[in-house]
Amino acid sequence: MSEVVMEHAAEAPGLEGVVSDFSRDKQVFGVPWGKAMMWIFLLSDTFIFSCFLVSYMAVRISTTDPWPVPSEVFALSFGGDPIPLILIAIMTFILITSSGTMAMAVNMGYRRDKNKTFWLMVATAILGASFVGMQAFEWTKLIVEEGVRPWSNPMGAAQFGSSFFMITGFHGLHVSAGVIYLMWVAIRVKRGIYERRGGNYEIVEIAGLYWHFVDLVWVFIFAFFYLW
Amino acid sequence: MAYVSIADRDHEIEHHDPQTFITKYVWSQDHKVIAVQYSITAIFVGVVALILSAMMRLQLGFPDTFSFINPENYYQFVTMHGMIMVIYLLTALFLGGFGNYLIPLMCGSRDMVFPYLNMLSYWVYLLSVIILLASFFVPGGSTGAGWTLYPPQAIMPGTPGIDMGILLMLASLAVFIVAFTMGGLNYVTTVLQARCEGMTLMRMPLSVWGIFMATVLGLLAFPALLVSAIMMLLDKTIMTSFFIPAISSMGADPGHTGGSPILFQHLFWFFGHPEVYIVALPAFGIVSDLLSTHARKNIFGYRMMVWAIIIIGGLSFIVWAHHMYVSGMNPYFGFFFATTTLIIAVPTALKVYNWVLTLWQGNIHLRVPMLFAIGFIFTFIHGGLTGLFLGNVTIDLPLSDTYFVVAHFHMVMGVSPVLVVFGAIYHWFPKITGKMYNETLGKWHFWMTFLGTYSIYLPMHYLGFLGVPRRYFAMGNTEFMPESAQTLNSSITLSALFVAATQILFFVNVIWSLKSGKKAGPNPWGATTLEWQTPDTPPKHGNWGHDLPVVYRWAYDYSVPGYADDFIPQTVPPDKAPAGREHGGESH
Repeated sequence: MSEVVMEHAAEAPGLEGVVSDFSRDKQVFGVPWGKAMMWIFLLSDTFIFSCFLVSYMAVRISTTDPWPVPSEVFALSFGGDPIPLILIAIMTFILITSSGTMAMAVNMGYRRDKNKTFWLMVATAILGASFVGMQAFEWTKLIVEEGVRPWSNPMGAAQFGSSFFMITGFHGLHVSAGVIYLMWVAIRVKRGIYERRGGNYEIVEIAGLYWHFVDLVWVFIFAFFYLW
Repeated sequence: MAYVSIADRDHEIEHHDPQTFITKYVWSQDHKVIAVQYSITAIFVGVVALILSAMMRLQLGFPDTFSFINPENYYQFVTMHGMIMVIYLLTALFLGGFGNYLIPLMCGSRDMVFPYLNMLSYWVYLLSVIILLASFFVPGGSTGAGWTLYPPQAIMPGTPGIDMGILLMLASLAVFIVAFTMGGLNYVTTVLQARCEGMTLMRMPLSVWGIFMATVLGLLAFPALLVSAIMMLLDKTIMTSFFIPAISSMGADPGHTGGSPILFQHLFWFFGHPEVYIVALPAFGIVSDLLSTHARKNIFGYRMMVWAIIIIGGLSFIVWAHHMYVSGMNPYFGFFFATTTLIIAVPTALKVYNWVLTLWQGNIHLRVPMLFAIGFIFTFIHGGLTGLFLGNVTIDLPLSDTYFVVAHFHMVMGVSPVLVVFGAIYHWFPKITGKMYNETLGKWHFWMTFLGTYSIYLPMHYLGFLGVPRRYFAMGNTEFMPESAQTLNSSITLSALFVAATQILFFVNVIWSLKSGKKAGPNPWGATTLEWQTPDTPPKHGNWGHDLPVVYRWAYDYSVPGYADDFIPQTVPPDKAPAGREHGGESH
């Protein structure tokens, strides 16, 4: 920034200094456009998931039928006594692990290690896909064995099924979209497209932001739907 | 800067100039073309909605006269009129139209940050409009649930259009939200990250501030509408019970249980109230620029104006339940939401004072844009003051669902923003087309519209005090309504038809001026902002020719003492002209 253009920005103390710092020349955040846009999109998406979760809580309060106990509904038995929430625990573990591999991929991207970035992204996508697969298993079990439907529920409140399928379905769509997005970026990493653009691997971090967000949303769904 | 845009590099621009007619005007990624596409589509559906309102007025003014309007049609007209005007006209026109045109030009950018996404935004918006208009032609017709789409009635037998109409409406809204999100992310990112050198946030014209904040509101408020649309679609199609309690419908049990209709109202108004400001904030911003430019005076209290926009935007998220005082929610909620609602009056009144003080001792040129801007101050004060009545629970209860409410919101978010839309189109017409409009026709258009809308909406306040309920197809024989109420209704209808017909003047003016208007110079108003300093008029692809502009001053250096012209463009460096004033009121 040239000194002619910029006058006394960021020299004022306190809140005024913060404001003039943010409002100074050209850019508010020192990040690329795509990253800024992803942050803003995720903020908007946060509001979507918040509305879903708040609505779920509201219907859970308003419904007149008893609410099924999640830890019993989502229990699996491997020969012995049923273990509560075991599948959900594994799914959560897998998704959080995938956040770890994603973070490593971002790191390798900034080190311009093409191959490691590619393989870590593929690992992330595989973990994400296995999450969706387990979700499909969970849905099948609920629908076929327990007889839960979006509009009715043999264990009590109909809203249990409707909220469950709607919220986990919407999240599952996010994960599936993320898997496709990650694979698309990974293939372009492998082809060296970002290498040719001056080794600019920012897109890996942007995809990572989305992926971490989807994981974080799952933590809230886990807490509010399964643990409550 | 470390992250110079690709568009900043000259060699890129030369290669990306669109060549064929198709890439230039149809599948265009140029923000100016997309803006015009958005505007034309929005104005087209707006005309459809205007015709619908004329049909409603015909029925209300002269009941039992027109055989082609039956109660079902009437409710469909009400619903589609409201939904189209609020979302598909005003939101799309202010953000997709003016936002697209003004943000890159006023911020000194070559285009939006992601032009391809911007292009997609328009085409998806067009798709949502087509889905919406298709609902007129499906069996059962469009939905007649009222623009608020309250369940249970929106999806229960007895309401027109429950077969296909409501499905298409909800689908269209969801598609619109996708389109808006793609555009909105672009607008916000462009304002935050892609301004030209020297264009600090506190030097931006208020138009950009208003559009920017409205877009932020949209990105945070539309999710609530999306979620409620999805849930209502599920309630309608696969019989979930999010919004429908155990209910008897037409003597039968549809099989719902335990849902919460109030939940929908909360979700809807969590979107719906910010939506009011999505429409109002761009109008606030644009009108500030019109007033300042045509009064040849800096906007009064620029810094306060910016903060008022931000504060109004923030507060708009915690006032939503003032639309629900009669819904049966907890009375303590009423206390909270009445308080926050009345607090919003403070920054809003501050803006009105500043507009009036901008005019104070200004060198006022009563050109057409200025007339519309001043007209806006009148209608906005009227609509705003009745808002204070309705914000109080005890006054709202008797006035709720009467014509007083209709008068209030039409004055504040119907007439007022539309006056700004017209003012803005007249103001930027020379830049967009390179031609001047016809001044005489424009003045006729203003006076007939302005006085006409007053003769529509002022009497409605009185009808509201009489207790005339809104959304009724016919009033029947009610004792509390005097004969004169019907006379007044007839007169309102005549005024409404007159105002609707008057709008032909606007279209005649636009078409005539496009063909044979005088050639406009690059800066016919002597305005300071960047869009008037482009090398070409209308601006070419890339906006700025070879070099991006550099900004040295705020957008309101009008009538600065010691300078030959009565305006100093933002691009004039301090050694060529007096520094003027910076940051709204702090003199150097």
